[in-house]
Amino acid sequence: MTTIDFSQKVVEMIDVVKKFGDFVANDRISLTVHKGEVHSLLGENGAGKTTLVNCLYGLYRPTHGRICIKGQEVEINDPNAAIQHGIGMVHQHFMLVESFTVTQNIILGRETTKMMGILDMAAAEKKVAEISDRYGLAINPRDKIEDISVGSQQRVEILKALYRGAEILILDEPTAVLTPQEIQELIAIIRNLTQEGKSIIIITHKLHEIKQVADYCTIIRRGKFIDTVEVSKVTQQELASMMVGREVSFSVEKKDQQKGEQILAIQDLMVEDNRGIAAVNGLNLDLYKGEILGIAGVDGNGQSELVEALTGLRKVAKGTITLHGREITGSNPNEVINKWNIRTIPEDRQKRGLVMEFDVAENLILETYHDTPFSKHGVLNREKIYAYADHCTEDFDIRPTNPYLAAKSLSGGNQQKVIIAREVSNDPEVLIASQPTRGLDVGAIEYVHTALVNQRDRGKAVLLISFDLDEVMNVSDRIAVIFEGKIVGIVDAKGVDENEVGLMMAGGTR
Amino acid sequence: MEAIIKDIGFIIGTTLMYSTPLIFTSLGGVITERSGVVNIGLEGMMFFGAFVGAAVAYYSHSPWLGFVCAGLGGALLGLIHAIACVSFAAEQIVSGIAINFLGSGLGLFLSRLFFDGATQTLTIPKKIPLPISFLFGEGKLFKSSGFMDLVFNRFATVYLAFFLVAVVWFVLYKTKIGMRVQAVGEHPEAADTLGISVYRIRYGAVMTSGFFAGLGGAAMSIAVVSRFSNTLISGHGFIALAAMIFGKWKPQGAMLACLLFGGAKGVEIYLGAKGFPVPSSLLAMLPYVLTIIVLVGVVGKTTPPAAIGRIFDKSGK
Amino acid sequence: MNLNGEALKSKFLNGSLGLTLISIALGFLLGAIILLVAGFNPLEAYWVILKGIFSRSKYVSYVIIYATPLIITGLSVAFAMRTGLFNIGAEGQYIIGAIMAAAAGYFFKLPLILHVTVAVGLAIIAAAVWGGLAGYIKARFGVHEVISTIMLNWVALYLSNFVVTLKAFGSQGTGKTYAIQSTARINLLSDWKISEAGIEFIRSHKILGDVLKTPINIGFVFAILLAVLVWYILNKTTLGYELRAVGFNPHAAEAGGINVKKSMVISMLFSGGLAGAAGAFQVLGVSHRIAKLAAMEGYGFDGIAVSLIGNNTGAGSVFAGLLFGALKYGGSKIQDAMQAPTEVINIMIGTIILFVAMPKLIRLILTILERRAKNGWKQS
Repeated sequence: MTTIDFSQKVVEMIDVVKKFGDFVANDRISLTVHKGEVHSLLGENGAGKTTLVNCLYGLYRPTHGRICIKGQEVEINDPNAAIQHGIGMVHQHFMLVESFTVTQNIILGRETTKMMGILDMAAAEKKVAEISDRYGLAINPRDKIEDISVGSQQRVEILKALYRGAEILILDEPTAVLTPQEIQELIAIIRNLTQEGKSIIIITHKLHEIKQVADYCTIIRRGKFIDTVEVSKVTQQELASMMVGREVSFSVEKKDQQKGEQILAIQDLMVEDNRGIAAVNGLNLDLYKGEILGIAGVDGNGQSELVEALTGLRKVAKGTITLHGREITGSNPNEVINKWNIRTIPEDRQKRGLVMEFDVAENLILETYHDTPFSKHGVLNREKIYAYADHCTEDFDIRPTNPYLAAKSLSGGNQQKVIIAREVSNDPEVLIASQPTRGLDVGAIEYVHTALVNQRDRGKAVLLISFDLDEVMNVSDRIAVIFEGKIVGIVDAKGVDENEVGLMMAGGTR
Repeated sequence: MEAIIKDIGFIIGTTLMYSTPLIFTSLGGVITERSGVVNIGLEGMMFFGAFVGAAVAYYSHSPWLGFVCAGLGGALLGLIHAIACVSFAAEQIVSGIAINFLGSGLGLFLSRLFFDGATQTLTIPKKIPLPISFLFGEGKLFKSSGFMDLVFNRFATVYLAFFLVAVVWFVLYKTKIGMRVQAVGEHPEAADTLGISVYRIRYGAVMTSGFFAGLGGAAMSIAVVSRFSNTLISGHGFIALAAMIFGKWKPQGAMLACLLFGGAKGVEIYLGAKGFPVPSSLLAMLPYVLTIIVLVGVVGKTTPPAAIGRIFDKSGK
Repeated sequence: MNLNGEALKSKFLNGSLGLTLISIALGFLLGAIILLVAGFNPLEAYWVILKGIFSRSKYVSYVIIYATPLIITGLSVAFAMRTGLFNIGAEGQYIIGAIMAAAAGYFFKLPLILHVTVAVGLAIIAAAVWGGLAGYIKARFGVHEVISTIMLNWVALYLSNFVVTLKAFGSQGTGKTYAIQSTARINLLSDWKISEAGIEFIRSHKILGDVLKTPINIGFVFAILLAVLVWYILNKTTLGYELRAVGFNPHAAEAGGINVKKSMVISMLFSGGLAGAAGAFQVLGVSHRIAKLAAMEGYGFDGIAVSLIGNNTGAGSVFAGLLFGALKYGGSKIQDAMQAPTEVINIMIGTIILFVAMPKLIRLILTILERRAKNGWKQS
């Protein structure tokens, strides 16, 4: 029944160390994978999982340690070498050229050519179709990447590896962008692959997925090797404790709160994306004071466009947005922030949230620089600005506390704190938090969730948009599910069934 | 009636003559920007190529040798730009501006050394040949100064330019190397993870663009004017850059844009020769005003290669 | 080396001032190499340049005169650069400013201070519009300012050539316009210089007399004032804050409520106005007229170099402008003195800009040198 061949060790990483300057990303980690095995790599954000597999794939070179493939010690200096040893990698952020077709992406670097370097696309398409049939990965070789779904894009990434004859597949956080249904499809594909004799290394921090698909699991914490366990013999709780190093509470502390009056009403909203297609397509939603309304959904169902429409960064094609009964559709960002006091924690903090070259103080006044006391008659008052910054760094635990430091020198978590300090300080009526804990470690995540709950406890309205279903379920009071630009269902967070939500996320109905 | 046809022939002929240097240089721009490297230094590369071409053609009495050397001169500047931008992650527009200073400085410096302190070369004895006259004799195939003669009896560089457009188009869209160049310009990280050397491709593209820009400069100094002078190029490299953006980074688009520009120049010269009652300076503005109007009205929001100007840095791995 | 020395040294070498100075040094080094290869003695050439700048007060005066428009066009480019815009059109804006100043200087008849103010004011406004046009095209239509400003440069050039041919403005056949009124001139003591008392003074006072023989004008004072103004606006005002935010990250600025498109236009208005001022001061102080041009004079393009070398700041533009002016003026002398091509200066400038663009390379060189020094030191 098992696909594992214990007599063949396909991958052995022995005492691998990887340093970046003085920072030790991997500290003597050892890993063994057998043929036909699914081996998962578990750890928090920043634990060193991606670094480790990057060493295996030749994107990094280990500082110390050995790597053996199929029993032979090897030196993998670049991805080409890794590919030659039969290692293929599916990255967390897809490495696909959007304007190219599926086939072009798959053959890039390994092009089928007629003489003199002229491309033979017909032969390539044929081969792609062959492999896709063999492993059950449904795609159309002629589609352009920018036109296909995320799940399909992932299949293209897997095909890329298989096209190059990969025996060992590394999957880096493959389920982060999939619907629950697509996740099941992926698990089926993984089982298929192991039956064909492939070996899989899967990086994930989703414990229930590990339980579903992995045979063995290696846990890493802060760069150090903790243990390798047989998955069937441990519980999720045990895995979590090993990952974090302490007892983990899965839910957020939150007292009951009565929701207040309605504050925001969105009706029949239609918003177009960059290609002119309706990303938000007839969306209706009501937000009340004193609640956290979480919007659950898979990336690409209109969340980004919804937030952009609410914050004035994108035009509204049809429909209305009403605040306290007053229509505010089509307001520009300045009006949204200053007139309507709607504040946002943006999903891309480096792009939309902060001016990285500005220091902490200058970032804190990004929306308020033209108000007294920060400026008068167009002249900035540096003293007041930096005093305010000192205030904020203390209140919001921003580290380091020096307000003259450039934002780019802060860690992700502290950068997010700067944004939260700025957005929350002006006591917003509505706080929109879009992917607020992306890329943050457990401590920072806890901080952000506490800040959101604080707002709600003080009677303000919070709109949380997140691709992480666990986060939405733990933090929200009510959960709305967005699918293809519409809200397809709203449930109370208390006692909700994840499968029900997952079904709605994928377009099924209650 | 015949006069009108002749006039049209004159305009077409002049258009071809002025477009050709632009086409060479603009193709260079397409190649480098498709690979993700901005190249504002086309002007300097063109300038230097114009000098090298004229100087070599003068001393060696071989226009073709001059032509090729001009390309090599441009490629040399391309190498400098590549080293700065690709290996040392320089700000690409700044590096391009440096190349412009270097190109013009080096060109004039050498001009003074080789031509007795002058900032222009002596007249080149043998220009780039006119293939029609060469093959069939003067006035034998087409009637002299007739429509066909005006249009087709052009320098060989004109024919070469159009041929190169086809070549670049083919290589970019139909060959392995072309696909890799596009990939590197759209998503260098993806290309890198597939084992493609982003550095090598960009070096190649930038140096090739320098070669082409050098050819463009020589197309002016060896073919059109028969000498190099310090006001010969003044700005044509930038016009080629505009043509590339105009043409949406496609070789065929750039070619059409260059023809449009050359056409405006052709009309300007025609009207001037005919004594059109508009002052010559105002007529001279025509191509530039036209370019702005077209950019604003017709071209719309342009989409360059996705990774253009973004520094791809592999150090620290 | 004690601890403070190490910290200072590291800050210096990693800071932009240090890198700029090293780039300048490397530029001089390369210039020397090129001269050597071409058969000239670089030390002799550099000595000629130094003498050509400092040995007579007349020369120093000329350096200042040369540097004035460069400083101001440098400020123009720097201002736009801080908003993330590449104003390659400083050249055209300069020309527009020159046209306006020459016209206002000739056609109007006003008392001195008023006349100068009006001439400069009109020049700045016209040039600001010229620059703002490119900014508007970018904001509204997304046309890259590099292309639109380059096109506008040419339009300005031909416009200038056209204007020179107008009967009312230009003396026919000479290719020059009529000179501006004396009340529009900003030269120092221009009337007194040619009076009897003036001539006597010049004869008896060598140093000051020398200076007075040059078209020394108060343009330089304005240049410094404009540099201070630019510094003040960028660093002390809310407008400057907006422009810098847009320059660093237009997405975050937009999300924060800043009107990015408006900022772009405003930045180009200021930038254009500054370049126009440069043209105005040059006309009012030095040339006193405009003439038909075969090609663009290059003050705008050189301004780009000045801005880059000066790290896009107000103070930097002043120093870089002086450096550039000194090199151009002094460099022109090596052609006559030793037949060495003056264009070696262009090569040097190009090299300096190239190195300024590659901080990584300089840091690499320094690390290698430091390592060698340390190892050598240990061994000895």
